[in-house]
Parts: sequence; structure tokens; C-alpha cells
Amino acid sequence: MPDVSYDGQTVSVNDEGFFTDPSQWTEDMAPQIAKAEGIDHLTDRHWQVIRFMRHEYQAKGTGPSVRALAKTSGVPVKELYQLFPKGPAKLAAKIAGIPKPRGCI
Amino acid sequence: MSGPIEKVSIIVSKGSLEGIYPGLIMANGARAEGIEANVFFTFFGLDAISRKRHEHIKVASVGNPGLHMATIIGALPGMPGLMTAYMERKMGKLDIPPIPEFIEMIADTGAGLYGCQASCDLFGLTKDDLIDQVTGIITVGEFYALSAGGQIIFT
Repeated sequence: MPDVSYDGQTVSVNDEGFFTDPSQWTEDMAPQIAKAEGIDHLTDRHWQVIRFMRHEYQAKGTGPSVRALAKTSGVPVKELYQLFPKGPAKLAAKIAGIPKPRGCI
Repeated sequence: MSGPIEKVSIIVSKGSLEGIYPGLIMANGARAEGIEANVFFTFFGLDAISRKRHEHIKVASVGNPGLHMATIIGALPGMPGLMTAYMERKMGKLDIPPIPEFIEMIADTGAGLYGCQASCDLFGLTKDDLIDQVTGIITVGEFYALSAGGQIIFT
């Protein structure tokens, strides 16, 4: 598993770039991860989703799929795809330092 | 072609519940992975985007070995409705949306939804007969042009 550096700290990620240890994540790392994924600026709406992903991971042990994310975060599907064009649940999970959610819907 | 899939064009050609869902799940799943997606509804698949029929899609209860049920039972009056209600209940528990809501969601993800021109001619349908989310009615040639550079999935 490769090691990457965000915000001056080394973290371990899997082959797809998802954190293998979510506790290594800090909020300051998020903008750097986002930039590497093509999102130059994180707005309040982005943060709403990122914080929600972390909260869900901590509460349920896994991040939500897109549908669950849209239903419970208060950000509708259309907006999620505008904020995170290349797959909201996947991208937001990466930026939030949690493993990729596993789901089909 | 090597490397990750970047684009898929999915054809939905059946009008039963179990014939329509796989294509929708493929389309939604593609978008969730950041893959560009188009969905092309042809023949009885048009029912999924038809204003009149999209809320009334049923499970095929006759001659459907997948139901593990004698065909003669499946032919009894009311069986399609019963099987459909049963499936819908089970899917509801897994938070799989009903077809109209699912298609609306897929449109919201930015996927293109298209009706088949030939099938629309066959069934006498125009764009007004189709739901708002439909991007357009296209021919098979236009579908191939749209699919260029990506994978085509037939369901």
C-alpha cells in the first residue's frame, strides 16, 4: 500500500487512493485531496457533504451510496453531481478520508 | 481498449420490471463511478419512459423460469400484479427506487435518456408521450454516433 503526503503528514492509501486508516485524516487535508481530483475550491456545500460522509462512516462503519447521500445529507442528486462531477459518493469519500462505499444504487 | 471504462451506452429493450431494472442499475452505477452514460429505450423498453405506462411496469409471470414457479400458476388472473407488488416491496426495503423515481434520478446524474425513433413510429409515440427527462428521440445510427468511444451494453 503506497504512502502519500497531505498537509505535511504521511498517510497510507490503497491502490485507488482511498485512506486505509480514516483516523489519519484531518480537515486541512481535504482541499489538497480535492485539488488532486480536479476540484479546485471546496465551497460550504462541498463541506456539508464531506462532513456528512465522515459522520455516516463513524456512525455506520461505511460511507453512504449516492442515493442514501442525497436522501439524508440534504443535498439533492443533481447538485451532488455538480459539486463532485466524477461520482459524488466515491469522490466525497476520498476527500473525506474514508473508504470507498460499496453499494449498487 | 484498455484502462478504466470512461463511457457506456445502455440499451433497454424489454418492458418487464426485471427486464428494465438491470439497465437502470448499470446506468446509475456508471454515473456513480464517474462514467459517462446514455440510456436508449427501444421496443417495450419505451414503457419505462412512457408517461402512460411508466408507473405500471409489471413482472413477467408467465413462462419466466426465474420465478421458480409453475407457469400455470403464473397465468392465473392477478398474478402479475401480485408478483410485482411482492418484488416492489422487497426492493423498497433495500431502498431501490421505483422505476419512475429511478429514471428521474438517473437523469439528474447527467445521463442522457433517449427513445428509439423506429419503436416510437411503431407504437405511434411522439416526444409528448414520453416523460420530461427524455433528451430526445433518435435513430439507431444516431445512437451509434452517440456511443462512439464507449462501450455498448444491451439489456
